Amino acid sequence: MSEKVLMKGAEALAEGAIRAGCRFYFGYPITPQNETPEYMSRRLAEVGGRFVQAESEVASINMVYGAACAGVRVMTSSSSPGISLMQEGISYISGSGVPCVVMNAMRGGPGLGNVAPAQADYLQAVKGGGNGDYKRIVLAPASIQEGVDLFVDAFDLADKYRMVVMVIVDGLIGQMMEPVEFKTTVDVASLKKPDWATTGRHGRDHANIISSLMMDTATLEKWNLELQAKYAQVTETETRIEEYEMADAEYAIVAYGTMARIAKTTVRTARAKGVKLGLLRPITVWPFPTKQLQKYVGQIKGALTVELAYRQLFEDVELALCGKVPLGWYGRGGGVVPGPQEILAAFEEQFGKGR
Amino acid sequence: MERVSIDEQRCKSCSLCVSVCPVKILMISDRLNARGFRPAECTDQAKCTSCGWCAVVCPDVAIELHREVKA
Amino acid sequence: MAEEMKVIYERPKSWANKVTHYCPGCTHGVAHRLIAELVDEMDLIDKTIAVWPVGCAVFGYEYFNFDSVEAAHGRAPAMATGIKVTNPDDFVFTYQGDGDIASIGMAEVVHAAARGWPITVIFINNGNYGMTGGQMAPTTLLGQKTTTTPMGRAPQLNGYPIRLPEMLAQLDGPAYIARVSLDSPVNIRKAKASMRKAFNAQIRGIGFSLVECLSTCPTNWQLTPVESMERIRKEVMAYYPLGEFKVAEGVL
Repeated sequence: MSEKVLMKGAEALAEGAIRAGCRFYFGYPITPQNETPEYMSRRLAEVGGRFVQAESEVASINMVYGAACAGVRVMTSSSSPGISLMQEGISYISGSGVPCVVMNAMRGGPGLGNVAPAQADYLQAVKGGGNGDYKRIVLAPASIQEGVDLFVDAFDLADKYRMVVMVIVDGLIGQMMEPVEFKTTVDVASLKKPDWATTGRHGRDHANIISSLMMDTATLEKWNLELQAKYAQVTETETRIEEYEMADAEYAIVAYGTMARIAKTTVRTARAKGVKLGLLRPITVWPFPTKQLQKYVGQIKGALTVELAYRQLFEDVELALCGKVPLGWYGRGGGVVPGPQEILAAFEEQFGKGR
Repeated sequence: MERVSIDEQRCKSCSLCVSVCPVKILMISDRLNARGFRPAECTDQAKCTSCGWCAVVCPDVAIELHREVKA
Repeated sequence: MAEEMKVIYERPKSWANKVTHYCPGCTHGVAHRLIAELVDEMDLIDKTIAVWPVGCAVFGYEYFNFDSVEAAHGRAPAMATGIKVTNPDDFVFTYQGDGDIASIGMAEVVHAAARGWPITVIFINNGNYGMTGGQMAPTTLLGQKTTTTPMGRAPQLNGYPIRLPEMLAQLDGPAYIARVSLDSPVNIRKAKASMRKAFNAQIRGIGFSLVECLSTCPTNWQLTPVESMERIRKEVMAYYPLGEFKVAEGVL
């Protein structure tokens, strides 16, 4: 029986992860998500888990790697500059085929930037900031509630596909407070222990080795082909999108996360003015909902991508729709968050009054 | 010019100077500065021994000290 | 009749005329002021390049009238090495908090010390991560409560605190390694003398120097500034003794 609790995003998401079965957290403080490790330091012990404050984000992701090899539900969280430090670890974890969840509360950049909300780590998240051919599933909630709900999926997907799953939020979701309900509590005892984990043989008739190193080229190629097949499977079955007011839409805004939430108000305002505007909100930004976007070719007369970044999400929208639908773009950087009127003005400037 | 000059706009009312003054002539005033802090003040300039401790401990470089040159 | 007044203490020239963002009573202000005084006294303002950390002192460059750069978290000694190699006659120092230097930046400071090249490190130890809201630092004491050690730091959950100068003094590279305290006027004056030696170790080309300064964080310690100074004396000094751990020949 769940009740609504008023919670700060970074804390609610931590509780969401715990309800999803996370029992191990390794992390390092960085604004705007300090409340996540702080919450974990209090709460994990209460559920028989372990919290470790690592010496850095590099150490954090490598601790996660070690724990992931034990086949447990483990996560870390950070913000943009710290996520940059984790790219090596994410590549290793992906190349080894073990599961984990990484949360990024994105902030202004590049470099140290500032602590205000941004979506400027999109390409880093979906195209990969580490070396080699790997993908990670990237979930982009637009509210604290959705974030809490998606954490259950994040750990399930990570375990099912033995992949890194990233949950990308921004400083706004991290720092705001909203009523939230924890609808699901995973029974950790019921989770299947994976047979590939390195937990000591304890009578197992063979040794388990977990490594991303394969010196023989044929072996590494074969492994890469397996990874590619896995990613194709994920793309086929796990892509998610919200299509808001799209049934009769003549124009669409494409946005995710906080920006999509703001854009919903723009859609409602435009509709009130007689403009048939809708919103396409990717919930998985990897795999990108290409097919779902392309469904609207021939129906919509234009699509405006809106993001807290400079043409990052836009690249994927272009890949999906370029040449097929007139495309516009609007974005702000530096941690600046535009309001719904500003987005409407950008839409009208680029697509006319839309009637 | 006084022996003890406290820039009231820099002072953050931390009271470190008050706590170290050996002749106890510094205290927190009732005034408010532009940042909302109550600045420290010197209550008896003549008693200042120019030991320098208030300036040494002040984290805000709010204190300057002078002394009359003896003839 | 106006009397002639002599200066007992005036604001250093290399100190920029700005009110700092530091909390009331925070000894970052004291450490900053000592640096400004030494830069003036040793005539270094035109030759100084400072490297600022991630932490409360991230904005340190605002308060000085000499060149400054901003490093990534923990990387200041590496950045300083790059700067010194390209500007060998300049005075290059880093200013780092306990997380910056002894947590994420441990590798960088150990290797800078081992290299032994003449850069100077000022290390501010206040036992927690101030800027991010008071999490545990490598210098948080056993039993100390922070936002990530809510029950008090315990070895089996959070490991032991680190004494950095003692560690680095074992290396052959450093010329001067010391720990001082900013808790009282007497100790602040001694701290300045130590910093002067550290600056000289660089200026005379002798080698790497580091001064750890026991400092306060009234906000996250949840004590008044005066109580915080008392805490250094009562609790911090017991684990972090003052002293010079390495003094190479020629260091004055």
